[in-house]
Order: sequence, then structure tokens, then C-alpha cells
Amino acid sequence: MSQINSDRYAPFDPAPSLWSYRLLRLMLSPFLRRLIFYGIPVLLLIGVGLLNLTNEQRREQVLTAFNDLKMFVTERPEFMVNLMSLKGASVSVMQDIREVVPIDFPVSRFDLDLDHIRQIILGLGPVKDANVRVRSNGVLQVDVVERAPAFLWRRENGLEVLDETGIYVRTGASRLQHRDLPLIAGEGADSQVAQAQQLFEAAKPLRERLRGLVFIGERRWDVVLDNGQRLMLPEKNPVLALERLIAINQAEDLLERSVKVVDFRLQHRPTLQLRRRAMHEFKQTKLMQLGQIND
Amino acid sequence: MTDLYQKQRAMRAMRKAAMQRGVIAVLDVGSTKISCLILRFDGVNLNDESEGVGSIRGHSSFSVIGSATTASRGVGFGEVLSMREGERAIRTALQSAQKLANIRVDHVIACFSGGKPRSYGLAGEANVQNQVVSEQDIARVLSACDVPDYGDSREILHAQPVNFGLDDRSGLDDPRGQLGERLYTDVHMLTVDEKVIRDLAHCVKRCDLELAGVASSAYASAVSSLVEDEQELGAACIDIGGGATGVCVFLKKHMIYCDAVRLGGEHITRDVSMGLQVPIVTAERIKTINGGLFATGMDDRDMIEVRGDTGDWEHDRRLVSRTELIGIMRPRAEEILEEVRNHLDAAGFEHLPSQQIVLTGGSSLIPGLDGLASRILGQQVRLGRPLRIHRLPQAYSGPTCSSIVGLSLFAAHPQDEWWDFEMQPEGYPARSVKRAVRWFKENW
Repeated sequence: MSQINSDRYAPFDPAPSLWSYRLLRLMLSPFLRRLIFYGIPVLLLIGVGLLNLTNEQRREQVLTAFNDLKMFVTERPEFMVNLMSLKGASVSVMQDIREVVPIDFPVSRFDLDLDHIRQIILGLGPVKDANVRVRSNGVLQVDVVERAPAFLWRRENGLEVLDETGIYVRTGASRLQHRDLPLIAGEGADSQVAQAQQLFEAAKPLRERLRGLVFIGERRWDVVLDNGQRLMLPEKNPVLALERLIAINQAEDLLERSVKVVDFRLQHRPTLQLRRRAMHEFKQTKLMQLGQIND
Repeated sequence: MTDLYQKQRAMRAMRKAAMQRGVIAVLDVGSTKISCLILRFDGVNLNDESEGVGSIRGHSSFSVIGSATTASRGVGFGEVLSMREGERAIRTALQSAQKLANIRVDHVIACFSGGKPRSYGLAGEANVQNQVVSEQDIARVLSACDVPDYGDSREILHAQPVNFGLDDRSGLDDPRGQLGERLYTDVHMLTVDEKVIRDLAHCVKRCDLELAGVASSAYASAVSSLVEDEQELGAACIDIGGGATGVCVFLKKHMIYCDAVRLGGEHITRDVSMGLQVPIVTAERIKTINGGLFATGMDDRDMIEVRGDTGDWEHDRRLVSRTELIGIMRPRAEEILEEVRNHLDAAGFEHLPSQQIVLTGGSSLIPGLDGLASRILGQQVRLGRPLRIHRLPQAYSGPTCSSIVGLSLFAAHPQDEWWDFEMQPEGYPARSVKRAVRWFKENW
């Protein structure tokens, strides 16, 4: 009996042994804890990873797997762009855009550099502004604002259509095609289209007779009317000069007379150049007057 | 004397180091249980004036992160009786607490109730050097205290300045910065057997920890279970533990007397065991479940089944009335309280302005103890429970744990002791004990 039950009365001592106590304290020291729970596992993981990557074949496999995974995500139908939709462009501009934007549809949305495409489209002459985005159902939407033709510029090698800021839009085939556009000529005229515009505004009373403006010596304008009449405007304040001239014309019908050139380059001393016949008659008249006096 | 001074200062330095690490363990070595709490200090500067004032200063700045209790082995009367067993028990508590806190602790503050504590009142006086009282003046007046001959085998546990007087004023708490010529001080000194501290230090050392302070558990209990006005007006905290009963008298927020009765709850258990002829474990169970101190007519009919394991059916199946049990327990409880009464009388407790008695410790849970105590000790008796400290487990909020909680408070904000001031090189002039005696008589 006592043999059997003696265990029940054996004093139970829950005390840890000295060494287990020391081990616990060692494991509780902060440095060792961090080393065992973070340091060694991380080092092991990195070591195994690096060891794996020393093998060329393995490295390739990893790279392929990575690319496959990337493809798997990017090539999903939700991310594919199938066609390009152009809006706001004329047919010829559309053709141009389709030519310069080299995309082989279908293409993943992640492979499209929208900014780059926009820059390319903006590089086209007739395009003033472009907005490129990908619409929800796989459509590359390109909204184009074309430049509005404002001037026809005659150059040595043909006609050019300019917009209101003087930027090249396209080449004009002939004057007849662009009857509605005012004509300018002369080197450097495209840099002064704003002034040209003002001059055209001021020259409205002469609209029927106006043929165009010529930029002379890259500094001043000549207004060319039909019958070969020419109004030479000064460098400074050409609009004011033109308005003065028109006022004179309205008062005295100056341009209806046989005047070839009205020279307004010096504002305080306008000069007239008469046509040859008129000059001759003027001379005769003067002579007659002189002869009468002489007689 | 100088040796002790150096040792205590070394412990203070250890405590400072622990505070800087922010983690410290407190250990209560009792006769029935050994408890350990691990405290974390949240980097609050305890010298900062804004951290509260008075006795609650600094208490908000720590929290309990680990706790463990184990039954004592090899400890009796609040002393380590068997070194190997005691060491294993202390190790158990420390290990479980560290495991729970998941942190390694290197410093421990311990308290114990044994070692036959004895109180001494010392008095000293010195001239103030530069009219304004400075830290040096306090150190000088402390070292001018005449130390009685307390025996070779004893060691000073606490030496706390409890009162300062400057010229004709007395009752100063902190005379620093005041103008005066002659500075007086009264110091309360507590000595215990050197062997007890040495044994405890050895056990702690065997657990690879450093002792950062020792305290009397009676003092620690009083710190946690006396409320502020009781500490101010005068009260005695009776910590009835397992093997020893601590008596600690507080006045003006300072401990002025501390003693221990080498009797406790274990003796009651032993009486029950002998009286009912049951094993100690059974006796302990019967005492805690059915125990009491006042018998009523109802108790005659309240039969307690005494279970035994002797194999003798008649013996194991006895029924004992509760009155019988009370009849066994009451004389021992009365003896303990009368012993306490003797110590309080010797200390002059009746001269205190307020004579509040606060009962705490495990045995204060015996039903009717407060009634018995009010008959023996005086009318103002209440049962004390420790203060709540931050994140203290619920199991530690009872009176059984008042000394460990008090020790936590003591660890957070220790009372200034003698060795907190720089010692003066001139040494200690021998003075008569008469002054000390006179001070005791004047004050109590």
C-alpha cells in the first residue's frame, strides 16, 4: 500500500533545473532572440536563394517563370487594346496619324506609352492638340484638335497654309482651292501673322480690291491691291498708317485715281507714284500751265 | 558600518542601473508563498517634480508585465531555512515571471519578514555650515547620529531620516534651503540578522540575478495598504503572513517602528492539524474553507467532513463541527494578536494621535479576525487591501499580496535612506543612547 501510494505523497517540486533556467534566460536575452527568430532564418533563406541562382539553367528558369507570370497578367483580355479610334481629325490627318503611330494591334495596355504616342501625334503639322487615352473596352481613343487654316502664304516653291499663329498646317495646291484665306507673301511673313491679321482687319473697306500682303525685307508690310496698286506701310504702327490711308481714300478717292504706289513709309511725308500715262498727262498739264505763263 | 554603507550604496547603484534598463523584478519571500512581479518603467524621470508629489509620486510610471507565485519550500518565519530548497523555490518564481513577461530581468528587489527585526531611534545634531541647509549638512547630521550597539551579527536594513529640526523648529520634512544654525535629525533604523540577508542574497545570486535592494515586508505591506491620511496621522499595519506577523507603525508618512512576531497562519494550520489529527494539507483546506473565529449556535450544527487518507475508514470519515474548529483556531489567533499588542505597547502606540490598525496579509482573510482584533488591539480596526497598480493581475489584488505590491511601490519610489547622502569623512562620534531613548519617549 505504502509502496504504491508513495508517489502521491512524494513532494512535487516544479522548480526548473539550474541549467534549464539558465537556458531560458539566455533565450530571453534580446540579441539572441532576434538572432534566432529573425537573423538566422533570413540568412538561411537568402543563402538558399543565392545558392539556387548560381546555376545558369535555374536562373533562366526563374526568369522565364517571371516573364510568364508577367505575360499572364498583362495579356489578359481586360488589359488588351484592339483598335484605335480617332476623333476630330480630317481624313488626310487621320491617315497621317495612322501612318506615324506604329502600333500593331492587339497590344497590352501596359506596353503602350501614351505620352510618347501623344508626342508623336503632336509632331504632325495639322494637329494643334491631342488627347490619348485607353477606353474601357480596349479602344485607344485619340481626340485630335486640328489647326484651323487662317492664312495662305506664298513662297518661292509654292503655297503653304498657316494657322492664326503662323504655324504650318499643310501645303496648298493652288490659290483657287483656298479662295477664302487671306494671302500673305514674303520671307518671314509667318512670324508676323498677328500683325497681318490686324492689317487685314483694318483693310476691310478695301476688301474687294485687296489681293494680299507682302512682307518686305522681313520688317514691314506692303498692301497689294488689284491693278498693281501698292500701299507701302511703315515699320512702326502699320495699322495706324493703313487706317489713315483708308480715311484719306474715303475722303478723296485716292486709290480710284491713277496712282501706282502710295508710300507711307515716312508718315509725315507720304509720297505718291503715279502711273506712267497719268504722269505724262500731269507733265503736259504742268507744261501747258507753264507755257501759258511763258506765253 | 562603513562596509554596510558601501553595500547599500552598491545596491542603490544597481537599482539605478535597473531603472535605466527599465525592467526590474520584485520578489517577496514569504513562508507560504514566494511571489515575483516584473515591473516595466516607461522611461519617466522619477526625479521629475511634475510626476506627482508625496507617496504616490512615480507610481503611474510603471506597470506589471509578469507575475508568478509559487508555494514556498525551505522558507519559514520569513527566513530561508534550507538553502537548496529555498533557492529552487525562488528560481521557480523568477523563471515563471520572466517567461510570462517574455523578458530577461537582471535586477531584483526582495523583501522578507524574518530576521528578528528591531527598531532603533537615533538622533543627531550638527551645525549648519553656510546658514542655508544643504545636502552636505543633512549628510553631516545623519553621520553625527549616535548608533547604538546593535550586535555583530546584525545588519541595518533601513535607516530613514524621519524628522528634521532646525534651531527651535521641529517636524520638518525637507530642511534643504532653509536658514538656520543647528540642525537636528531623528532617524529610524531597522536591523535584522545578517545571516538572513546573506542567505537571501546567496539564493538570488544563484539565480544569476543581482540584488538591487532589500526591504522589510512589514514596511512594504504598510506602504501599500495604509492610505495616505493613516500614514500621516499614525497607524499600525499588521501583516499576518504564514510564518511571521509583521508590525509596522507609520506616523507623518514615515515608518517609525517595525517589528515581527514569529507566529502566523501556519501555526493556526498546525494547530488544526494537531487538533483534528489530519494532514497539514487537509488542515489548511479546512482552515481556509470553514475557518472562523466567532462561534454561533449555527456552528454547532455545521458539520465539516474531515477527509483523510490513512486507510482507517472510521478515522477518515469523521465529522467535526465548526465550533470545534473555531475552538482550535481562536486561541492561536488571540495569541498572535496579543503578541502584536505587546509589541505595539512596547513601541508606545497608544500615544499616537490616531491609532488606526490595519490588518493585512493572508491570515487576515480569516472571517472574524477584524472583530477579534478590535477586542485586543483597539477600536479602530479595518482590513487592508493593497493599492491598485497598473496592470496588476486580479489574483494579486487581495491582502495576501500587499507586501509584493508595496514592494513594487517601494521600488518605484524608495524612501530616502541614510546611504542616499554622501557620507562625511570625519566619521561617527560616539554618543549616548540616552538621546534616542528621550526622543522615543517624547514622540510616543
